[in-house]
Amino acid sequence: MLELASNKGERSADPALDTSPLAIRGLTVSYGQKPAVFSVDMTVRPGRMTAIIGPNGAGKSTLLKAALGIVKPLSGQVRVFGQPLDAMRARIAYVPQRASVDWDFPTRVIDVVMMGLYRELGLLGRVLGRHRARALDCLDRVGMKDFALRQIGQLSGGQQQRVFLARALAQGADLYLLDEPFAGVDAATEKAIISVLKGLRAEGKTVVVVHHDLATVRDYFDDVFLIATRKVAEGPVETTFTAETLQATYGGRLATAQVDQLSQALG
Amino acid sequence: MLAEALLLGLGYNATLVTVGAALLGIAAGITGTFLFLRKRALVSDAISHSTLPGVGLAFILMVAFGGEGRNLIGLMAGSALSAWAGLLCLGWLVRNTRLAEDAAIGAVLSVFFGFGIVLLTVIQTMSSGRQAGLESFLLGSTTGMLWNDAVVIATGGALVLAVVALLHRPMTLVAFDPEYAAARGVDTHRIDLAMMGLVMAVTVIGLKIVGLILIVALLIIPPVAARFWSERAGTVALLAGAMGGIAGYVGAAVSATAPKLPTGPIIVLTAFALFAVSLFLAPSRGVLAALLRHLWFQRRVHLRQGLLALAQGQPIYERLTLRLLRRAGLVRSDGVATEAGRARAAKALRDEKRWEVVRRDLAHEAAAALYDGLRDIETVLTADQIAEIDRQIGPPTGVTA
Amino acid sequence: MSGSEFVPLSLTPMLIGLFAAVACALPGNYLVLRRQALIGDAISHVVLPGIVVAFLLTGMVATWPMMLGAAGAAVLAVALIEGVRRLGRIEPGAAMGVVFTSMFAAGVLLLEQSDTSSVHLDVEHALYGNLESLIWLDATGWASVIDPEALAGLPPELMRMAVTLVGVGLFIALFWRALKISTFDEGFARTLGIRTGVLGLGLVIVAAVAAVAAFDAVGSIIVIAMFICPPAAARLMTDRLERQIGWSVVFAALAAVLGYVLAGYGPLWLGGQDAVSAAGMIATVAGLILALAARFGPCRKRAGAPAV
Repeated sequence: MLELASNKGERSADPALDTSPLAIRGLTVSYGQKPAVFSVDMTVRPGRMTAIIGPNGAGKSTLLKAALGIVKPLSGQVRVFGQPLDAMRARIAYVPQRASVDWDFPTRVIDVVMMGLYRELGLLGRVLGRHRARALDCLDRVGMKDFALRQIGQLSGGQQQRVFLARALAQGADLYLLDEPFAGVDAATEKAIISVLKGLRAEGKTVVVVHHDLATVRDYFDDVFLIATRKVAEGPVETTFTAETLQATYGGRLATAQVDQLSQALG
Repeated sequence: MLAEALLLGLGYNATLVTVGAALLGIAAGITGTFLFLRKRALVSDAISHSTLPGVGLAFILMVAFGGEGRNLIGLMAGSALSAWAGLLCLGWLVRNTRLAEDAAIGAVLSVFFGFGIVLLTVIQTMSSGRQAGLESFLLGSTTGMLWNDAVVIATGGALVLAVVALLHRPMTLVAFDPEYAAARGVDTHRIDLAMMGLVMAVTVIGLKIVGLILIVALLIIPPVAARFWSERAGTVALLAGAMGGIAGYVGAAVSATAPKLPTGPIIVLTAFALFAVSLFLAPSRGVLAALLRHLWFQRRVHLRQGLLALAQGQPIYERLTLRLLRRAGLVRSDGVATEAGRARAAKALRDEKRWEVVRRDLAHEAAAALYDGLRDIETVLTADQIAEIDRQIGPPTGVTA
Repeated sequence: MSGSEFVPLSLTPMLIGLFAAVACALPGNYLVLRRQALIGDAISHVVLPGIVVAFLLTGMVATWPMMLGAAGAAVLAVALIEGVRRLGRIEPGAAMGVVFTSMFAAGVLLLEQSDTSSVHLDVEHALYGNLESLIWLDATGWASVIDPEALAGLPPELMRMAVTLVGVGLFIALFWRALKISTFDEGFARTLGIRTGVLGLGLVIVAAVAAVAAFDAVGSIIVIAMFICPPAAARLMTDRLERQIGWSVVFAALAAVLGYVLAGYGPLWLGGQDAVSAAGMIATVAGLILALAARFGPCRKRAGAPAV
């Protein structure tokens, strides 16, 4: 599915493939007959926070899911730290959309965070005190330590999102991929999440976020990746996040509200 | 013999049963369509299995009051009542507990069925119950059916069909868009109840012919098969009715020709044959058509990506892309573009630039929404519009396919 | 009741019912949580055609061909359901309805067409089993439990069911963590490298094996009650998966024992003479347990998460 470049010569033509935390080349994913993502190249820069931005249905989440091997691409390749995805699973952490799971599942907050330790514990490894302590520590980092023994169905949306982030932290990865972590959460949660993400960046980790709020892009992120089925632009926020690229991304579909946000964001 | 059966030449009883099965099939197909469109197909499984305790209780009661335990109308009334009880339990579980509908359906159908089996074993021990033959309700049987029973079934099938014909308009509305239907003043709750009532009626009438385990097939398979042929609810319902009718007619007739051909299974397998044909051969939703479309689509994606890579001088990694380009005569075997390939690549790149303009321009909003990376720009814009866009982009102009 | 009556006539059917109920309830927990309860329905219906085909191919009613036949039929059914669902873009419930009714019909037709008069295989037996017949004639009383000679005469179904229960238990224990993660959050499970598709299929196969082993005892329809009722009732008792599985085992065992006793002795207490169907009674008791849990269970309501 994800073919390697067949010979060394081809690879050296594209050095980013060997070094970037996440490099995608020629990725096309389609649901039925309509491509959701078409022929996209992406090169994530290490130690930075990247926002994936685009209108609804522009393939933001699909791009992330294909990068993680959750959906199967029609064509294209994905490299994680210069290796095929399967070899690098231990170095990736993923925070799915909150609404993608059934929160009525019979389990507690701490158990969800422990799921992040799966690769470490393996199928049958015993849960020791230090595992539990680490899970609690991750919950503490997102401000949810007091909720460790709650049933997950009792949490608010923002709290659920923070539990998902804590689970990703427990994975101890080098590359964090988050799908709309700020969608429908309260202000306190948004603040907590962004401070954790900035903390990760300070540790030299790489963070990629599917994001929908244009107004906060400048405050939160270093790089942007603009997508509308195809890649529109990619690069540092200061040079890439411009009225022109946004117009190209959102086209005629840029709603008035977004224009207002945008003019605010662009100062 | 088979020809005689299909031409209704096997005597009054067989003829009446065959006609009854056909009417039942039509009614089941149409009713099932609404159930299917409401995404509640398997509720019918709970309903049909819930009939068993009613059959048993009705038999016991009728015998206790000195009547004939095998009176079909009595048994049908009992089965309808217990199916209703099953439906109430199902609704209560879904509304009042955290259980999802699938678990509730499974629980209701298996528990009611289990209790029904208990009652059947009670009946077997009753002096009048030894030859009750109630087991025939499990899988259906038309052998040795009484003239009166055949009349009841044929009349019942016709009645259900008449009610379906009467209610099909509001039911279509509710199945398609319940909120819109409510806004139009249709009482969706009552229509849903009527739909469940019809499902129950079909089940009860079909018990004797098809049996309670397989009657759901008659409610589910024809609508699913019909769905492949049309996107319109009304057409689907009519087609499902036709397929259900054929399955009932052929099934009952074939099974009348020999003792070892149980009616229920034959009807179900006839319906399944219609389904299989639809699944593979239907023109737009069928598997064969979809497979051909997918291969064609994959080819277009790879060619387009290959052309864009050529135009921008990027390496092409994927073997399939290279092979397709080579086969189309766009690159040579060493991977270098041919003249035709260069021209097509330039055109592809040019189109991408044109699309960019289109997407940025509010005036082209409708056209921009059609962008999917593959569509030829000529199919959405006129030559004049393209020329205008080319003016904005600047040279080189006049790149054609 | 004395041991000389209970041990030969009731002990083995009761144990077989117990093992069958627990072996089905264990995978049933995951089926219920995955909203695949009706996969259990589908599996139990296609056990019949699987067994009939196995019988027609081998000409005998033997354990292993029947197990293989039924497991094969379950895998085929799941593959067909997935195929119909994806290829035909049909909602899963309807896809199941098409597949399992057709396969069941084919099974009944094959059974009617083939000559099974010489063997113990008929439609009614397939539908509601014959738990009562699995007696231990070599036993004379409790002493027989340690008598090797008498033990040799145990009904083979007991051993088969016990082995199945151990196998099912091992599967659940071994893949405990992976099953939990992939049931809760399949996408996340895939990013961890868990083969969720293979695991899901494994679960279905395990459920099918439990269903076919239990088939002899309780028949194909009542197996559904064992798959669904104890786990569903257990879900209403607790908000933790570990405890839910514990409760489901307790409920399954209770339903099996109580159902068997009520079927065998209940009619006598009421002045009747003949026992009623044990399998049917087990399903009835399982349903009553679910009804009680649905009415009084401490976790019966959905935890209402406040919006945002």
